[in-house]
Formats: sequence, structure tokens, C-alpha cells
Amino acid sequence: MAECHPVGFQWVMEAKARGATLIHIDPRLTRTGALADLHVPIRAGTDIALLGGLINHVLSNGLEFREYVVNYTNAATIVSEGFQDTEDLDGLFSGWRDDTSSYSTDSWQYEGVRVASAAGKREQGVKENAREAGERRSYQRHATERGHEHGSHGASLTDLHNLRRDESLAHPRCVFQLLKRHYRRYTPELVARICGIPEELFGQLARAVTENSTRDRTTAWAYAVGWTQHTVGVQYIRAASVLQLLLGNIGRPGGGILALRGHASIQGSTDIPTLYDLLPGYLPMPHPDSHGSLDEYVADDASETGYWGNMRSYAVSLLKAYWGDAATADNDFCFDYLPRITGDHSTYQTVQAQLDGTCKGYFLNGQNPAVGSANARAQRLGMANLDWLVVRDFSLIESATWWKDGPEIESGELRTEDIGTEVFFLPAATHTEKDGSFTNTQRMLQWHHKAVDPPGDARSDLWFWYHLGRRIRAKLAGSTAERDRPILDLNWSYSTSGPHGEPSAEEVLQEINGWRADGSCLSTYEELTDDGSTVCGCWIYCGAYAGGVNQTARRKPHTEQNWVAPEWGWAWPANRRLLYNRASADPQGRPWSERKAYVWWDAGKKKWTGHDVPDFQPTKPPDYRPPEGAKRQDALSGVDPFIMQADGKGWLYVPAGLSGGPLPTHYEPQESPVPNLLYGQRQNPAREVSRRRDVDPYHPSGDDRGSGVFPYVLTTYRLTEHHTAGGMSRWLPYLSELQPEAFCEVSPELAAQVGLSHLGWATIVTARSAIEARVLVTDRMVPVRVHDRIVHQIGLPYHWGRNGITTGDSANDLTHMSRDPDVHIQEVKALTCDIRPGRRPRGPDRRRLVEEYLGRAGITAATGTAHRTTEGHGRAE
Amino acid sequence: MTDNLLEGAKGDRALDSGYAQPPPRMGFFTDTSVCIGCKACEVACKEWNLIPDDGLALLGMSYDNTGMLGADTWRHVAFIEQDRPLGRQNNAVALMPTGPSASGHTAQVVAAGLGPEHGARLGTETGATRLAPSPDGGPRQPVGADGRTELRWLMASDVCKHCTHAACLDVCPTGSLFRTEFGTVVVQEDICNGCGYCVPACPYGVIDQRKDDGRVWKCTLCYDRMTGSQEPACAKACPTESIQYGPLDDLRERAAHRVAQLHDAGVADARLYGADPDDGVGGTGAFFLLLDEPEVYGFPPDPVVTTRDLPAMWRHTAIAAAAVAATVLAAFAGARR
Repeated sequence: MAECHPVGFQWVMEAKARGATLIHIDPRLTRTGALADLHVPIRAGTDIALLGGLINHVLSNGLEFREYVVNYTNAATIVSEGFQDTEDLDGLFSGWRDDTSSYSTDSWQYEGVRVASAAGKREQGVKENAREAGERRSYQRHATERGHEHGSHGASLTDLHNLRRDESLAHPRCVFQLLKRHYRRYTPELVARICGIPEELFGQLARAVTENSTRDRTTAWAYAVGWTQHTVGVQYIRAASVLQLLLGNIGRPGGGILALRGHASIQGSTDIPTLYDLLPGYLPMPHPDSHGSLDEYVADDASETGYWGNMRSYAVSLLKAYWGDAATADNDFCFDYLPRITGDHSTYQTVQAQLDGTCKGYFLNGQNPAVGSANARAQRLGMANLDWLVVRDFSLIESATWWKDGPEIESGELRTEDIGTEVFFLPAATHTEKDGSFTNTQRMLQWHHKAVDPPGDARSDLWFWYHLGRRIRAKLAGSTAERDRPILDLNWSYSTSGPHGEPSAEEVLQEINGWRADGSCLSTYEELTDDGSTVCGCWIYCGAYAGGVNQTARRKPHTEQNWVAPEWGWAWPANRRLLYNRASADPQGRPWSERKAYVWWDAGKKKWTGHDVPDFQPTKPPDYRPPEGAKRQDALSGVDPFIMQADGKGWLYVPAGLSGGPLPTHYEPQESPVPNLLYGQRQNPAREVSRRRDVDPYHPSGDDRGSGVFPYVLTTYRLTEHHTAGGMSRWLPYLSELQPEAFCEVSPELAAQVGLSHLGWATIVTARSAIEARVLVTDRMVPVRVHDRIVHQIGLPYHWGRNGITTGDSANDLTHMSRDPDVHIQEVKALTCDIRPGRRPRGPDRRRLVEEYLGRAGITAATGTAHRTTEGHGRAE
Repeated sequence: MTDNLLEGAKGDRALDSGYAQPPPRMGFFTDTSVCIGCKACEVACKEWNLIPDDGLALLGMSYDNTGMLGADTWRHVAFIEQDRPLGRQNNAVALMPTGPSASGHTAQVVAAGLGPEHGARLGTETGATRLAPSPDGGPRQPVGADGRTELRWLMASDVCKHCTHAACLDVCPTGSLFRTEFGTVVVQEDICNGCGYCVPACPYGVIDQRKDDGRVWKCTLCYDRMTGSQEPACAKACPTESIQYGPLDDLRERAAHRVAQLHDAGVADARLYGADPDDGVGGTGAFFLLLDEPEVYGFPPDPVVTTRDLPAMWRHTAIAAAAVAATVLAAFAGARR
């Protein structure tokens, strides 16, 4: 965190000054570890084993926050009889299908009730609910578009009253007992053997975490992409969620799981998404086969209980924001105008489509895949197969110049005169050169005002997209073609100012906030209606412009308001700073302790009150129990804090919505130097592997023949001094001089073993490519003792490319495109490689070196691609 | 410390320098125990003061690629990797299968500059090193019997000390270097003639000539910002309040409190550097909390204002001159006889 989020780290330092214990879990001792009370070195890619060890420590010692767990989580819920655990099936859950390389999730459901998730793959729940008609269709969707709907959703629980719970937590099929059984082998000894964390050290960590999780104290976990960029990335976060729910650390001040995002406003770009499968506010993209009408769309995806029950209001208000007066009840509010999702269009599928020749054009906005995306060589080869490419950035990044000076030109694999891609470079304005908002990881929007005009031809993103839309509309004007109606009917008018016609960013925020029929600004999403009388561009942001005031621009000092600081910026939803904060009070509505008081039930005034905006219906008393047949939020009782879930509970066990299983399980990374000590199933069986293995081959793992050719673990990361793929830092002299060359970090042991010298050169080789880097030999890298061997890890910052002031080979030339099945993220935090002293070969010899390695390791298109590696003994099917 | 320095007795620097009603003496307290090595101070300093970049060199001194203070570096963050513990911090090295430390080796390399390159040793098909089972069935031994046992990573942001007795100021023949009303020492770039006398005068090696223009440059404590009631750029940018700016008296009080706090936390080596008004430079306007000996951070252990002995030297010179004169006079007087 100190490395990549130094400004946010000030609050960690402040907590430390007040006595907080700071623990750093990382393969390397980083700038965070330098300030931590405890550094826990770990083998990259094994965090689920560690977190599972902590979960087991809690469960086997009775350290869970019992009252919280019973009332606020689904620990008591009984799971269907058909469910079989990885403990039964050697690493697989029930429902595995070899034909689709995915799970059929029916057997994961609760007993007596069908449920869809609040996030992830919603069709796993309700869709499969429609048994007769739905079964086949649902399966087909699952097979062809596996993992493409991560619309977040209201868990839909039909027949909530049928839900079976055992609050003694003793029923053998209740979630609590399933958890116990699932994690019972995750002992300190196993953690040591898998992660390389000595038992004594694990004991220190486990004590620190559990002793600090009580009525009076809370523990927070913060992670960055070190947790997400894995073939089991989603399950890493799930594992932390399970631990935090067991310890009562969610919805309480000082608790939580904090996602440190990759850069400014990544949170904003999922809220109002740049993702291909979401509409604003986590509404899903409609499907062509089942969403013929708004009614069908809403029926499929809205839940009957919980706040997602109001989805129709959110969707209609969004359609009104898009198409204004053209959207009426008679034409289904132009629902037909929305594009339908036809498959996986995530980054890595798109790259493969480029290689296939089916993707013809590409927009890159502030993104540098030629350096920053996994298997950067495949990215460049993909771009070389396009008709056109538009790059908007501050400087001439590698993604704009690969056609004349990329590594493939040097090696002779590509010749400039043979490349048909027409490349357009358009300079972009920086955040200081335009108005706008940032949404941080806490869901807080903060407005920034333009300080200076952008230089030369540089323009803001808002300017670019607004005027591009305007010009397209001008070209289409007068068209009577049906297909042009969605564009011509768009509500596309923002006032502009200045010599270049800069659109007003405040007007965009007003539209996102929304307004009533009389044109006045809405103040909360609870005002949204489904009759077309309200307009709202993103329901969760409703209130950001309440009262006609830009709430995100508020800057009241902390000295003039309470410690929650509600008047600094604005947080969604409804300016709540802490989600699910009903959990900060006990079932009766009293704070768990004075020290941790946050929101509570005021029996005298008959309402919820506290330091923050309560995340609960304000007047629903703790003793409220829903009458049979209650809908939406009214179906949740007064002790159900997780109001976006259909059952109002925090999910220790996920009955639907995930591709990799209902409980996080340790699998080895796609490429690993050791076998999976827990199961015959080595890797996440549901992970995605590339179709184009001609450019994206994988290494043998474990004890397979050839695995010794790539014996070392490689992990990539960022340095404080640079920013991601370098577009914002490698062109700046003041930053470049602080980290002037690409380097790798190795332990003295590895340096001695391989013959690397401090400040000398090393060549790092994978099946994808070979790169060179300077060597830093440092005590901050320690070898780990794993299984029956010592494993050496190599650290490699990924900032560099061939352009800019400081140049170097790109770490991502080495990485591969195997991915997590739920969010399609690449696994660049843990892979294998070889390292050797000296600089890499030049010209065509570079490929020859890689091919020599491929031959030596016996790598074929099939290597490392088996989804199932166990017989799954005891399988019911 | 003598009281007859060229620059005057110890006391209020600004008052001594002729300001009638000076504001309190301002300075920096750099608390290295909370420095996270982000180098925001280096960048903010260069941005505000329009200092040129000064070269792309990978130094191999841990994450320090700046090296030292100079004409084009007015803030410098040092990174020190040591095989020593930090208070009660546990970096787990003792429990890991480690071999000998790199720090000695690293230090040698840094000392020798860029070491000789190793030849291209091809092919490292070693496989992960398997441990032989221990004969008695006990726990497996680490690879190196003399393994590392501790590790700490120190970071510290260095800056001009703005000495109470500033030799650079004493020796400046043009008056380019002057004492501000805040008690800080600043070079006036339009007056400096590039004579360079101040460079060897600085006991810390801070002030430096810029190669392409000959003039000397150093930290001004952002005099231009101070006069506008703004804190210096580095302190403003520091995210963890490692660099604190304020009236020197307040800072010294805060620093003493912080040292006590660290001692309580088991960091016995915590000490202040430059906070003592009785040291060789009369205390510094920019002082530090260090976690090890000053030499570890590249600071002189016992700095003395280089002009300290000048009055005595002049006195001796005067006496010698008088003696010579007397001798000569005596000689003439003798000759008349």
C-alpha cells in the first residue's frame, strides 16, 4: 500500500500512531513492510491457503463472533442435499461438466429455496429456476457466454419463508458446518507447506487478527491487484469475506475489506462502467435471447426481495436519461435500443478476436496494452491485425508506435510495410486540464476543477466522445433507417464553452444524478419511479447533485464536522460512508460496544440514527419480521443488515453467482513449481485458458516433465515512482530519474545459485518471450520453503517499454493470458520463469532462445490447459 | 562552543542578522521513523523550485537513485537495507530459509561503482532446489547455516540543515547567501558570482555548484512560499508527516516527545540529530529523528561549523603579524643605534 497508494497510506500511519498493529503479507518486503509491525513473506499465488488457514483457526478454536455470525450471515442456512464439497471430490465441487469446462450450479443451492446472487452470474439462480423452459436455455447461455454477466444483482429469493435455518449451527448441512469441514485440513502445518509461512509466524498472524476482532475492536484487510490478478482472483476476495464475516468485521467502523484500485477512479469506471457487460449502477446488459422486452429483462434480473426489487425504476430512469422524450411507456422506454450482449467481449477475448481477424477496430483510451496487458506480444500482434486503431493518450505510448519500433519489428517478426492497421493518435488532456469527478475505493466522489487549459490539440475525454457522437449524429441526420434511431433519438445535448466547445462536466453529473418531471434535481434513489417521470443516469449516484448543488465538490474541513466527515465530497449510495452499517449494532439495535458505536436504533424516536447515514430503512425496528408474501426491502427483517442480498445475510457460502465454486479453495496458479498438496485438482478447473496458444503457450507445472525448465516463481508489480504501464511517468524527467531502469529483484541465495550480480544484467525467459533487466540483489527477497523444496521468487516491476525517457523491456512480454472465470482477469502475480545472467539475444535470436526453451520443456498447445486433473472420486454424476 | 563566531553569538539568528521584529525561527523536523520512501518530497521540491533533472542512473543503493544532495537535488531520500532488527518489528527473516545477507555485498558494489559484468552463463536448468530429508527426521535445515536473522529497511529524507552557525554564509564574499527573517539560509541566485567558497565550507556537503552555470544552489526552505504563509513544497507533499514544518521550538518539543514514544516502543536507537543547540553548528534549523548512527544515513557524526576557528586563526595571525611588526620595528630600532 505504501508502494502504490502512498497518499492513502497516511491513514494507515495515523492508525499506527494510535496503536494499530500493521501486518504486511507479501512475497517481498516492500515500502509497506518497512513500516509494518510484522512482515509475512508468502509464496505468490497461495493466499487462499493462508486465508483458509485463518478461517480454520477461527472455526476450530471457536473464535467466531457468534452472535454476529448467527444473525447476520448465512451460517445457519441449510444447503441442499445434493451439494458435494471439494473434500469429497478431490478438489472439485458437485456439478462439474467436462463438456463445458464449467460448473452446473444447481446442487449448490439452499434447501427449499432458489437464489440468485447480488453480484456475479445471476442467471445461475433465477434463470435455472424456470425449470422446464429455462433449463436448456440457461445451460446454453452458460456454455456460450460463460462468465460474461457480472451484472450485479439482487439476489432473488423466491419463497423466502421456505428458507431453512438452524441457529444452533449444528445441522450437518448448515453453512457453518460445511465451512468447518471444507477448511479443516487448512492447518498451520499445511499453510507452512503450501505458502512457505513458518508455523510460528502463522501463529503470530492468527493471534493478531483474532485478538483484534471483538465487540470492541475491528480488523481491516486492504488488498490491491496482488489479490485479484489470479486465476482464482474473485475467490481470494471471497476468502477474505468469509474470514471477516466470521470475525464480525463487516459493516462496522474500522473493519471491511478495502480494495485499493489500480488508479484514480477505477471504482467510478465500474459504477458507470467502461465494462462491456454492465450498464450504469450495475444493471446488467440485456441478452438477445431472453430479454425481448423490459418486462422480461426486469423479471429475469430483479429480485423479489431486497433493494434490487426496485430494479424497474432504476432501468426506466436510465432509459429516460439516454433517450429522453423519445422513451415512453408505449415503446417500452426504448428498451429495444439497448445493445444486447452476444458473448464475452473482455480484453483478452478481444485480443484473441484480433488475432483471429474478427475484431477490426480498437479504441485505446489511456490504456497501453503493448506494455501493460498480459502477454504484451500477443497484444501487439493482435493490433497488427486490425483495420484501424485509435489511441488517446498524453504521450506517444508503445501502443501507438509498435508498428514502427516495437520488439517484433526488431526481431523481424513484423515488417512495418506489411502492417495494414491504420493508427490514429489523438493527444488527451490530463485530469488537471478538465473538470470532473473521481470516485475512490470508498465509493466517494470528489470533484476536481480544471486548473489549466490542455496544451495544443489535447482534449478531454468528454470533449472527444461528445463531439464524436455529435458528428456521427450529424452524418445520420435525416436517415429513416430503423437502425439509426437509437443514435438519432439519443438525448445528446450538453452546453459547451470555450474556443473548442468543451462540454459542461457539471451537466453530465446533473444527468447522472437525475431530475424529476418538473426538472428539479432528485435527492435519493428512493424517489425513482418506473412510470417515466424520473430521469437518472446512474441510480446509485442519485443524490450527488441533490438540491441542485454539486455535492461532490464539498470540502468542509474535518475540524468542522463529525469524524465520519459526511460533508467532504459525496459517497454512494445516499452519502453513506460505510455500507451495511446496520451490522455495527447488535440484533436489538444497540452498538456492539461504546468504542465501536456507529449507527443504532433510537427507541424513543423510533428510528435509526448515528454518526453515518444508516444503511437500512430508517424506521424499520430491530424486531420487525416480514409478513408472508412481503416484497423487496419489506421482505427483510429488522436484523438483516445486508440489504442488497435477497436474504439480507452476509454470504459465507455462495449458493449462486460464482463460476469457481461456493467456497474458496486453494488451487495452484496456472503455472506453479509445485503440485497442489490438497487435491488431485491442481488449478482452478473453471479458469479460462487462451484459444490462441500459438502465441500464448503455458508451462508444465508441479512435477510434470519439463517443469524444471522454468523453476522460479515470477511476480510483477508497481513502484511508487512510476504509474502502471508508464504513460503517466516514463515521460516525466522528475519521476524517471527516480527509477531510471527496468530491474528485477532477487535474493542473495538465488543470485549465488544462478550467478547473477548486483547491478548486472539478467535475462528472464518464459514460453511467451525473453526480456532483460538489471539485477538488484536484496535481502528484501527471501526464498520460501514449500512442500519438499526451496522456491525462489523473482520480483519484476512492469512499468517499462521502449518509449519515453526511461526505457526497458516490458515485464508483460513474459506473462500469459490465463484468467479468472468470473471477471476474466489475467494471472500476472504468480507464474513461473527461468532467469540467467547476461543480456538477452538481439534480433531474431530472441525468438530462437524462446523456442529453444519451448523445445527443452516439451511444450505443446495442450500443455497446462487441462481443466480437470482429478478423477473426482466419489462423484455423484 | 565558543561565543565569538564570525557570524555572531548563538542567540536569535534573525535578530542578530538585523531584523527588528522577526517571526519565530522556522525549520524542518524530519521524522525518518515514519518515512515511507515515496520521494514525493524530491519531486515536489523540483517542481516548485524549477530544478532541472539530473541524470538517469541506476545506482543500486536499494531504491535510492538520487545518491546525494547537490545543486540539482535539494531533497534526497536515502534507503538503507540492514540486517538488523527495528524495535519489536518482526520481519520473519529468522524463520525463513535464508543464506547470507546481500547488504554487505550490495555495499561493496555501491562502493565500487558499477561492478564488472558477469559473463553469459547459459542454461540454468536447476529445478527448484530440493531439500534432502534430514537424517534424524527433524526439521529441515535452512540452506545457509549462517543465514540472515534480521532485516530492516530505513528511509530518510535529507535536506539543507539551515545551521544556526552557517559557514556558507560566513564565507560568502558577495552577500548572495543571507539569513532570512525566519532564521533560514538562502542563496540569492542573481547575486551569486560562482566563486564556490561556500562549497567546501559546508560541513554536510549540501551546497553545490551547478555545472553548466557555476552558481551554487541549495534548499531555500521555500522562502518564497514561507513569505506567503505557505509551508515548503516537500512538507506539503509528504503524505505521512515525516517532514514537518513549523517554528523550531515547537518542532523540538514534538521531536523529543516522539523519541520518548519510540523508546517506549522498543526502538532504543531512536535519536535526534541536529536538535542540540550546543552542537558544533549551534543546532540546525532542519533536524532529524534517526534510527541509527548518523553515518549510516551519510551524515557527519559530529559536524562543526568550518569557520569556527577562523576568529582564533585571525587572532593568531594578528598576533603573529604584530610580532613580526615588532621584530621589524625592533630591527630598525636596533639598526639606528
